This record gives sequence, structure tokens and C-alpha cells, in this order.
Amino acid sequence: MIIKTISTILSNEPVGENIYRIELLSPEISTASKPGQFINIKVSENLDPLLRRPFSVYNVIDDRIQIIFNVVGKATKILSSKKVGEKIDIIGPLGNGFNLNDDFDTALIVAGGLGIAPFPFLTKILKEKNKNIISLVGARTKSQLVLDGFVNVNTATDDGSYGHKGTVVELFKLKVMNNDIVKTPSAFKVFACGPIPMLKAIIELCDKLNLNCEVSVEAPMACGTGLCQGCAVKTRDGKYKLACKDGPIFNSKDILL
Amino acid sequence: MIKTEVIVGKLRLKNPVLVASGTFGYGDELIGTIDINKLGGIVTKSLTLKPKVGNPPPRVAETPCGMLNSIGLANIGVDKFINEKLPLLRNFDTAIIVNIAAKRIEDYCEIIKRLEDTEGVSAYEINISCPNVKEGGLEFGTNIEMTAKIVNATRKLTSKTLIIKLTPNVTRISEFAKVCKEEGADAVSLINTVVGMAIDIKTRKPKISTITGGLSGPAIKPIALAKVFEVFQNVDIPIIGIGGITTWEDAIEFMIAGAKAIQVGTANFIDPNTPINIISGIIRYCEENKIEDINDIVGSIIVETFPH
Ligand SMILES: Cc1cc2nc3c(=O)[nH]c(=O)nc-3n(C[C@H](O)[C@H](O)[C@H](O)COP(=O)(O)OP(=O)(O)OC[C@H]3O[C@@H](n4cnc5c(N)ncnc54)[C@H](O)[C@@H]3O)c2cc1C
Ligand SMILES: Cc1cc2nc3c(=O)[nH]c(=O)nc-3n(C[C@H](O)[C@H](O)[C@H](O)COP(=O)(O)O)c2cc1C
Repeated sequence: MIIKTISTILSNEPVGENIYRIELLSPEISTASKPGQFINIKVSENLDPLLRRPFSVYNVIDDRIQIIFNVVGKATKILSSKKVGEKIDIIGPLGNGFNLNDDFDTALIVAGGLGIAPFPFLTKILKEKNKNIISLVGARTKSQLVLDGFVNVNTATDDGSYGHKGTVVELFKLKVMNNDIVKTPSAFKVFACGPIPMLKAIIELCDKLNLNCEVSVEAPMACGTGLCQGCAVKTRDGKYKLACKDGPIFNSKDILL
Repeated sequence: MIKTEVIVGKLRLKNPVLVASGTFGYGDELIGTIDINKLGGIVTKSLTLKPKVGNPPPRVAETPCGMLNSIGLANIGVDKFINEKLPLLRNFDTAIIVNIAAKRIEDYCEIIKRLEDTEGVSAYEINISCPNVKEGGLEFGTNIEMTAKIVNATRKLTSKTLIIKLTPNVTRISEFAKVCKEEGADAVSLINTVVGMAIDIKTRKPKISTITGGLSGPAIKPIALAKVFEVFQNVDIPIIGIGGITTWEDAIEFMIAGAKAIQVGTANFIDPNTPINIISGIIRYCEENKIEDINDIVGSIIVETFPH
């Protein structure tokens, strides 16, 4: 069931360089949300920006829902200047969410840049399920690393200002070449979110090592509910799936980025 | 009680507000989210003879007050529609207008034949104006002879209301509407999207995969309104107005310019309740202005000098 509500902003704070976190009061959507799902926000009543903007559910705390975002354009600029107490029109929860029913002992979380967005919520639920968690988080530089809500974290920065100097993909490579994982790949499940080139590299490695892997895919979308057929993601059998309805979470074996 | 019923060809619409093709799925996606029985009618996603997977991504990009799309008529095909969607749609008390697209005249005809054998279709809307497919689509809709042939061939196959959906990407849209009337169409709907383009200046690549796409949303409303008025002035055929309609004021504007009914497209993506809000807005407008019959608004434009 898709819920449309006018939600009150409870907080809006910078949490990194050009990165903001907003907390919204929405009892209905927070109860219904699963990790990996997203909400679609109408940032203003004006005709420009026109369409809603999708943001992953960053975390759910009781009747509140959090999102985290990078300021990249018109809509995110408007969002970053929203004041506490203002109301915004949101719909959600949208999309499928991560599949946590697979048989695995350890979750390997891989996040690049704002790809951190779905993982604090996922981490919370994984902890409730008593899973082991290893988190790999990469960013360009230290001031863009937001590590709240992660556990057992290894970091990588492009400029080496914090943790491994290099990309999170390199960090992932180092980790998965570790003996435990190579010997018993079925005990692990990879959860990845980040820019497309990063996801491509992760998927390639998971294919090679026969690791079960789910990725969160961002595609430009208009409606977020399957009406417009805009957010096509190519599948390995040459067809398309929709990021908004069939995704945004896909098993790495199903898609071709 | 305001009379909200309008008649388009043989089609009785309980109110003039429809949802536009490609912006409401097959009508079943929003069951439970909005009250479908309140709509004047649903126009389905364009159906083709065989299922189509559609164009490669990216398929959509936002532009000022509008959006570009190049979905490429991704759809389940007419047979699956008949078997899986129509049985659900039949249960609703609203007009079901099936939009069809094809790359050959024979395919338009075959689709209609298959739909004629079923129950639940209220009318056909023939899409000859999709800018995002190589063959058919715009090639048909910008060619007077082809337009005439398609209307002529499809008219022979059905006694149901036949609506031809026109493209704004022509010099004189009224010439096309005239041909539609001559060949027996009951109504025309206009406009489909306007060919447009956007480029990412960082990558220097077009923002959608097919380079150009169809522009829709409030950005095209003035274009659509001018086209509706041009047809209204020049051809005696019922018009369904489409293009950027987001509020009830927009809808009234189209009706004043000559549209008997209107379709809401892109606005559904922002809020699928838009058409329902528009219906109540129109009724309120009528009450406040002591208009008893919605039809009295249609074509009520006051102009002193006429354009050529
Ligand atoms: C399912 C889904 C979940 C998402 N979750 C999040 C999230 O949790 N946090 C978050 O910050 N973003 C997220 N995004 C991306 C977010 O929706 C966009 O960043 C946002 O729509 C940009 O809107 P804008 O008007 O500010 O930028 P626009 O004006 O639309 O774009 C401005 C510029 O930024 C570029 N751009 C657009 N999207 C991105 C992007 N994702 N990354 C980098 N550049 C981009 C555009 O190409 C353009 O050049 C998600 C997207 C999807 C599809
Ligand atoms: C994503 C999208 C898909 C569309 N698909 C179709 C289609 O399959 N067939 C069709 O006749 N028109 C299609 N259209 C055109 C709309 O029905 C409508 O004519 C156009 O968008 C202008 O109206 P609007 O500005 O209210 O959206 C589509 C439009 C959009 C935005």
C-alpha cells in the first residue's frame, strides 16, 4: 500500500560536506517501511522543480523517518534549506526493499558516496536478526564520510584522508580475497549501493567469487510507482525491469548495468 | 446539481476528466490508491500487437516545468491486456478508452479486431503521434495521406467511438483534424508530446537515450491550448484537450478554448489524485458561476479578432 502524507520536518542538519539529513514525522510510512525502500518527495508546490524526488529510507526511528542527501541540483538545494516545522508532501514506502530471507550468516555492506543512504536502516534490522556485519564505506574525502549507524566499519577515501587510500571497490577486493569468504561464499551476502561504475565492479567480483549480492540501483524516474515506465534497468535476458517497482534492489545476477 | 455529463461521439462520459495514455498504466495499478469510479474515463497505455520492451535508459529527464520521455511504447501487448487487465477494468463505473499504436495499418486493424471480440472497451484512441518509436508514430501523424488511410481503415472495423490522437509537431493541426472528420472519426484528442531535447553539459551527452524525446507537463500547456483552439475554430469535431493540465483552472481553460473533455497526463506522476481534484474544482467553478451544465463552458471563448 502506497501512502501519501503531508509530513512535518523535525530536523534538518548538515552531517558532512554538502550532505544533509532530514527527519520527518510520518507514523504511517515509518511503520510500513523496509530497508532498501524509498520515499518520493515533492520539495515545493511550484511547477519547477516539477516532479517528486526519490530518496532512500536512511533510518526509521519509531514514528519518524530519516533521509540523507547530497545537494546536486534544484530540488536538493530547496530541501537543504527547509526549516524545522515546515511540511512536505511525501509518498512511500516505494520499491521492494532488500531480501533478508536468504540463508547467510554475515552481511557485507558496501557503500560508495551517498550510497550509504539505505544502510543504517538495514544494519538495524540485520542486528535484530543476529547477523554478523562487515561494513565497507568509501567517499572522496574524510569530510564526506558519514558513518553513523554503521557497525564494524572499514573506510576508504580517494585522497587517503581517512582509512584506506583508494576506492571502496579496492577495499572490497581486499576483504573478499580473504580466505573465509573464498572458502564458504554461501555464508555471506553482499549489499551494495553507490554510483553505477562502482556497482558494476562489485557485481563483476561477486560473479567471479559466486557471492550472493544485492545492489540498490538509481535510475532517473518520474513517478516512482510504475505508471510512467521511465526508470528502466536492463536485465541479463535483454529485457527491462523498473527501478521503482521491481527494484530499486536487484539481485546482481538479474541485471546488466 | 451541476450536469457534468459530456458526450464525445457515441461515448457518454460522466464528467469530462480523463487520464492520459501512458500516465496511468492500464488503470489497475492505482486500484485502492484513488477512487477510479470518479473518473470520467481511463485511457490505457498504448497497446501494440506484440508486447514491446521499450527504449533503453535513460528514458526520462526533467526540464523546466516539464519532462522529456522516451519510453518507446513499452507495453504488455493487446492479448495480455485482454486476458489480464480488461477483466479488472470492466468492474469500474468509468469509460475504458483503449489507446492503440502500430507501425503498419494492418496492425492497427488487427488490434481493433481482437478488442472488438471482447467486452468492456468503451472507445478507441488511435495513437498516430508517438515521437519515440522509429516506424509508425510520428511518421503517420505528420503525413496527411497516412492519417486518412489509418482513420479510414480503422473506422470500417468498429462502430464504437473512434478518437484520433494528434501530434503538435505539424504546421497546421487543423488540416489533420479535418481529414480525421472526413474519414469518419468521432473525435480528436490533442496534443501528444512535443519533440524536445536536453543535454548534460558535464558529459555532453543527451539526457535521454534516443537523443530527442517527448516534452510534456505545464511547459507545453500554451502550445496545447493554441492547437485546441485552432481545431475548434476550423473543424466541427469533438475535441479532447491534453497538455500540461495540472489544476482545475487549466481544465476550464481548455474547455473554454473548445475542448469537450480533457486528459490529465504528467500531473498524475506527481499526484494520482489530480484528476479527482480537477473534477471537484470544475464543479465548484460551475456552482460559483451559476453554470448548470458543464457543456455551456465548452467553446465559450470570447475573441474580438480572429487569427488566420
Ligand atoms: C531509488 C532512488 C533512491 C535515491 N536515494 C537517494 C538518497 O538517499 N540520497 C541522495 O542524495 N540521493 C538519492 N537518490 C538520487 C536523488 O533522487 C537525486 O540526487 C535527486 O533527484 C536530485 O534532484 P535535484 O533536483 O537536486 O537535481 P537535478 O536538478 O535533478 O540534477 C542536478 C544534477 O545532478 C545530477 N544528478 C541527479 N541525480 C544524481 C545523483 N544521484 N548523483 C549525482 N548526481 C546526480 C543530474 O544529472 C544533474 O546534472 C536516489 C535516487 C533513486 C532513483
Ligand atoms: C511517460 C509518458 C508516457 C506516455 N505514453 C504515451 C502512450 O503510450 N501513448 C500515447 O498516446 N501518449 C503517451 N504519452 C503522452 C500523453 O498521453 C500526453 O498526450 C502528453 O504527455 C501531454 O499531456 P501532459 O502534458 O498532461 O502529460 C505519454 C506521456 C508521458 C509523459
